[in-house]
Amino acid sequence: MLLIHCPHCEETLPEAEFAYAGQAHIVRPADPMSQTDEQWEEFLFIRENAKGAHYERWRHLHGCGRFFNAVRDTVSDRFLTTYPSGTPRPDLSTLTEGKA
Amino acid sequence: MNALTSFPTETLVSNAAVSVTKVPHRARLSLRARGDLGPLERALGYSLPRKIGGVTLGTACLGPDEWIIMTDDAAAIMAACASVDLPHSLVDVSGREISFEIEGDRAGELLTLGCPRDIDAIADGTARRTVFDGVTVTLWRDTSERFRIDVWNSFAPHVAHLLEIGARELAAEMA
Repeated sequence: MLLIHCPHCEETLPEAEFAYAGQAHIVRPADPMSQTDEQWEEFLFIRENAKGAHYERWRHLHGCGRFFNAVRDTVSDRFLTTYPSGTPRPDLSTLTEGKA
Repeated sequence: MNALTSFPTETLVSNAAVSVTKVPHRARLSLRARGDLGPLERALGYSLPRKIGGVTLGTACLGPDEWIIMTDDAAAIMAACASVDLPHSLVDVSGREISFEIEGDRAGELLTLGCPRDIDAIADGTARRTVFDGVTVTLWRDTSERFRIDVWNSFAPHVAHLLEIGARELAAEMA
């Protein structure tokens, strides 16, 4: 079972308490009327399929209930870091394997 | 079958290893608020725990802006908070869930049946929401050998049954 650090509870807890919630850092366009169909398609459906570090959202469903962001290595399934929603993407070069 | 008809007796199981009992009814209030909590705390008459898991006077912090208040006098708290000008939500959820008390030498071991958390790492006098065999529960650790779990009514028969089986197994191991 994966162990995930919840940035709100400040504890490292079993995966069973969490729910995956898709790719992180997808921003809804500020002016939706200006978007073309292709831009909407990109926003709604096109997602990364990263091999390696992947920025994703998780929710501490059976816990504090908060959404937060995580960087997970999709090859090793290790969490490189977790951080609250709304904060900028951490720089990948500063993350070391197995931290957090 | 529901939570009200399933448990005619208070004691579900009691043996040398562990006992599981239904906790008598108490009012429960769900409080959500963020920002400067000062006005709310003055109305309540005590300070709210800020760290998730912290418990003060029957009030547990479940999330960054969420608390559950166990009380015998919900009306007094509702009245005291009614005039607080901090935007907040205070909802009576007494009918939502019931609580079981799990007590005994092997109470922690019984909880490992359904709870993936490291039970030993939970400090005494704290409470948090967690999962028990797929059911969201609030787990209170009162002392090292006494726990309480709050379970939503519709899940209560399942959780109670599981605890009952587990308690019998633990007792059989000891015999």
